[in-house]
Amino acid sequence: MPSTFFTEPPHWRWLIILYFFFGGLAGGCYFVASMLDLMGRPSDRPLARLGYLLAFPTVVVCGILLIADLGRPERFWHMMLQSATWRPMLKTYSPMSLGAWGLLVFGGFAFLSFLGALADGGRRRPLAVLRPPGLIGRVIAVLGGLAGFFLVSYTGVLLAVTNRPIWSDTTLLGAVFLVSSASTSIALLLLLGSRRVFLVGGLRALQRFDMIVLVLELLTLAALVVSLGSLARVWLNAWGALLVLGVVGLGIVVPLLLHARARTPLSSEARAAAVLVLLGGFLLRVVIVLSSEAI
Amino acid sequence: MPEPMGFYTDTTVCIGCKACEVACKEWNQLPATNGGRATLSGDSYDNTRRLDGIHWRHVKFIEQFAPDRRDGRWLMMSDVCKHCVRAGCLEVCPTGAIIRTEFDTVVIQSDVCNGCRDCIGACPFGVIDINPVSGTAQKCTLCYDRMRAGMTPACAQACPTTSINFGTIRELKQKAQARVEQLHGRGERGAYLYGADEKMLGGLNSFYLLVDKPEVYGLPPDPKLPSRNLKAGSLWSALGAVVIGVVGLISLRTRRPDDA
Repeated sequence: MPSTFFTEPPHWRWLIILYFFFGGLAGGCYFVASMLDLMGRPSDRPLARLGYLLAFPTVVVCGILLIADLGRPERFWHMMLQSATWRPMLKTYSPMSLGAWGLLVFGGFAFLSFLGALADGGRRRPLAVLRPPGLIGRVIAVLGGLAGFFLVSYTGVLLAVTNRPIWSDTTLLGAVFLVSSASTSIALLLLLGSRRVFLVGGLRALQRFDMIVLVLELLTLAALVVSLGSLARVWLNAWGALLVLGVVGLGIVVPLLLHARARTPLSSEARAAAVLVLLGGFLLRVVIVLSSEAI
Repeated sequence: MPEPMGFYTDTTVCIGCKACEVACKEWNQLPATNGGRATLSGDSYDNTRRLDGIHWRHVKFIEQFAPDRRDGRWLMMSDVCKHCVRAGCLEVCPTGAIIRTEFDTVVIQSDVCNGCRDCIGACPFGVIDINPVSGTAQKCTLCYDRMRAGMTPACAQACPTTSINFGTIRELKQKAQARVEQLHGRGERGAYLYGADEKMLGGLNSFYLLVDKPEVYGLPPDPKLPSRNLKAGSLWSALGAVVIGVVGLISLRTRRPDDA
């Protein structure tokens, strides 16, 4: 029996699963929005604005979920400051320590871009410099986008840097969560943008983006199973069925087919595909977290 | 600076009396399970079952019996935190609550821990868990308070057969090696030391004399540090970010005529 099977589960359950899901959406919506701002057309600005408007409130929810999950929530600040000396608490080799700082840094950029996005609405014009195309806006978008990439993937590395079965038996969970965060975030933007006809150009580009990302997700998941080797047998149960039918079938294959059928990103097929991608992304985190917790 | 201190547990003389469990609970004022209501396992004489936040010592009863019950043996082992020289829990702890003491032991400071539970999954031996009373992760401290006062840890003090030996690691290794040789001389060729050398996590400051495979005692055959996955996991994630960035660039830059 592999040595990882002699360990105990850390009791990371629904609050952590929700954090992994919403953290993926917060970081993903931000980096997709920054890509739209930096690489897209001027007509894509409203779509990017939607991404920034989603990212900041979602990362606030993430913070609340993480604090609520602690055994001693009132000591959450011990992650950032040493309680005895008040010096900064940072361990570069601890993913959770880095993640706590990453969440704070990302939250800062998400807040600035959120203000910039609100300014785009018209009332607070001076704050519009917080969004591209100006230099300050570009710097914020690039650094915030990088922080977003970190936020969506460190959670997978965090699981790998344990001694638990499945989690620590592969090094691909960070990449899997990153690709899944991209697919779910694009899906959320497609879903929320699909009522606005004037966004159709950007939505078409996002739809193509999502289809490629879904194929990448399929490949990363296959690589994950291969990397587990004979240990993948632990998924020969209900969790494995949920992974194949829920995550791969409903969350990747069916949305790919629906996107291929959809004539426009405003169609009901495209909207259904987006909903299924979001469901698949959530189920992926459920399977990864709970299948190891159950051992 | 004091010498590294620890435990050497000779499982061949453990009689399963659980005096160590009781002494540990009493000294450390650990609460009872389920408020003291009897909780029987139903399939073993071992009703503690495992180490956790309120059981820092656990006497394992390994019951090796033939199906017809004609032949068999009991293996008993008083399990505890291994106080690894390279400790996985200490590596991952994000608050700095887990420290290495002047005795080279590993201690969780309960007033610093915020109950994130990262250390629970990181421990290769499944030693740590949450104490429901404090809401923090807890485990054996090797009686740090008693050691500071020059006393023997409560479990070793209470052990009636000296299965649990306490002392400097140097002395304990000599004693353990002599015992292995004595057992080999008596025909018990399966006796060996688990965790005494530096190959296992730099050495376990709580090591064992066993007479069967580690797995039989519920011990991992090849415990590893959680940080072994840090570099590769980060690199794969970075590669994923680059790929998504390139795909995004291509998707958003390459527009078709009907993209309006």
